[in-house]
Amino acid sequence: MAASGGTSKDQTWRRVTIAIPYLWLLVFFLLPFAIILKISLADPVIAQPPFTPTIDEHGDLAVSADSFTFLLTDKLYAITYIRSMLMAGAATLLCLALGFPMAYGIARAVPSTRGLLLLLVVLPFWISFLLRVYAWMGLLNNYGVINNVLMWLGWIEQPVQFMYTDFAIFIGLAYSYLPFMILPLYATLERMDLDLLEAAQDLGASRTRAFWDITWPLARTGVIAGCLLVFIPAMGEYVIPYLLGGSESLLIGRVLFDEFFVNRDWPLASAVAIVLLLLLVVPIVLLQRYQARSQESAA
Amino acid sequence: MKDFIRIRGVSKHFGDFVAVDEVDLDIAKGELFSILGGSGCGKTTLLRMLAGFETPTSGTIEIDGTDVTYQAPYDRPVNMMFQSYAIFPHMSVEKNIAYGLRKEKVAIADIDRRVDETLELVQLGDFRKRKPDQLSGGQRQRVALARALIKRPKVLLLDEPLAALDKKLRERTQFELMNIQDELGITFVVVTHDQEEAMTLSTRIAVMDKGRFLQIGTPLEIYEYPSGKFVADFIGTINKFNGTVKSVHEDSIVIECVETGASLAALGKHEVDVGQFVCVAVRPEKIFVGKHKPDNDDDNMMQGVVDDLGYLGNRSLYRIRLADGKIVLVSSQNRRRSAKRFLEWDDEVWISWRPRSAVVLLD
Repeated sequence: MAASGGTSKDQTWRRVTIAIPYLWLLVFFLLPFAIILKISLADPVIAQPPFTPTIDEHGDLAVSADSFTFLLTDKLYAITYIRSMLMAGAATLLCLALGFPMAYGIARAVPSTRGLLLLLVVLPFWISFLLRVYAWMGLLNNYGVINNVLMWLGWIEQPVQFMYTDFAIFIGLAYSYLPFMILPLYATLERMDLDLLEAAQDLGASRTRAFWDITWPLARTGVIAGCLLVFIPAMGEYVIPYLLGGSESLLIGRVLFDEFFVNRDWPLASAVAIVLLLLLVVPIVLLQRYQARSQESAA
Repeated sequence: MKDFIRIRGVSKHFGDFVAVDEVDLDIAKGELFSILGGSGCGKTTLLRMLAGFETPTSGTIEIDGTDVTYQAPYDRPVNMMFQSYAIFPHMSVEKNIAYGLRKEKVAIADIDRRVDETLELVQLGDFRKRKPDQLSGGQRQRVALARALIKRPKVLLLDEPLAALDKKLRERTQFELMNIQDELGITFVVVTHDQEEAMTLSTRIAVMDKGRFLQIGTPLEIYEYPSGKFVADFIGTINKFNGTVKSVHEDSIVIECVETGASLAALGKHEVDVGQFVCVAVRPEKIFVGKHKPDNDDDNMMQGVVDDLGYLGNRSLYRIRLADGKIVLVSSQNRRRSAKRFLEWDDEVWISWRPRSAVVLLD
């Protein structure tokens, strides 16, 4: 069996192909992570770079957990983390509520129109992310399209304050990350055998019942993948809260930015980033486990 | 009870396309009825209308005296076994089979008992905890069957039930299906494109083409007395001789064959006129082949040479070329064991058949 045994040349090639992604991870993830970790364990100084070296002038190891202690004692950070999580969670739920019917509709459309609909889903990516968030400012501000329409309809007397609120961030996050929800959902729904739904109906399930018994559990991989793909980046999002949110709406991405560039407290900023990463590791590991399992069952 | 299923003037149009065209059909209780036809003949559409997945454009469907034409699939006393089996991949064998009863809100104890019985019936007891992806094709087929049977439907619809199985398994499963049907007394309606499957399984067959039934009858009637050229060709193989009617007698007619000029007699009463253009058809196994002229002068006979032959073990197939180049297929049993072939390529032979073996086809 040439495929299983393989010559030494095959072996080398196999090692090379496996090594490439590991090398990638090492250079672009583990190494930067190590640097961030190193900075988080230093003390801030007014210098270039603005943190104390890990090995001091006497050749001793100089690490301090001050930044982490500060992070854990100041309630503001805990509140910010929780607020970010709630905001990302709410945006994820809105994406799911909007994305599921859209993905379902695309998956059930005639094959010839499916491509067009998918193109429409990814089309916004052709325009700069920043521009699209700016466009929302135009829609949401006091004399923006939405307020004007609402006033013209006579539903409101004076403009509603949308801009610079958590609501604006929520809408902005959901809008920006919706495609990341739709695509994995579409992939699972499109694969589903429609005979299954007819079989369920044939055995006595109504259309709604068949959806909850068959479609929903079979779409679970897509739902989980989509939710994590939205939740993880939404959690650390900086641009949307900065542009659409108010100055008082504290989210972790913004805190991170401020610590780095406004306060120039690199060690604290690094500590914030590391805690954020640890918080996200849980859903990331969940995603990995889920993907591994679904690949296993597909094999 | 007669006419358990009554289909009256049922049509189904998809836009301009007429899938099923004004079909009438009665199926008796306990029948194993097959609808046989090529792809796109409308057989699956008809089955889906029986299941409730399609609504007829016109006409009515009654099951056991109740009009079900517009009833939803989940309200019908009908269950279906899908060609793809449509087994729920996220449920165990047991859960798949119990699904129908759970939707009916049957008591848990009753569900367990009936699942046990049904697993027993399809011999899947050892596999009840397995997930569908851990089953072989044959086992999946049984799960699909068990799941459709457990609600004891008045009618079980089977869409190409054996198409996905290999030949040996198909033959075995065929007989199992017949036994189960016999045991439960449920009316089976099978849709298939496989004429052999239809022949062995069914009490009656409807041959369908272009949305219409061409002939409805027992397997024997369909094979031996096909109503027209399409049915004759679709079921098995048949040799056709075109000709004009020379004379009409009390219980036979004589035809002059256009291609060979031979006079061919066919037994039976036929509503034909002298000079009418008809077709005499004979099945390959009803033709005798030999090196000598047959003694029986009543037989239809012709001379030819062996153009090709195939030895199949139990029988041999011959392609006999007649003087004008027409090819006649002959199938002959290898009754005697012999080291030498009975006929060789290019042998000059006589073929003959009894007048009663021929069918006269008018269309």
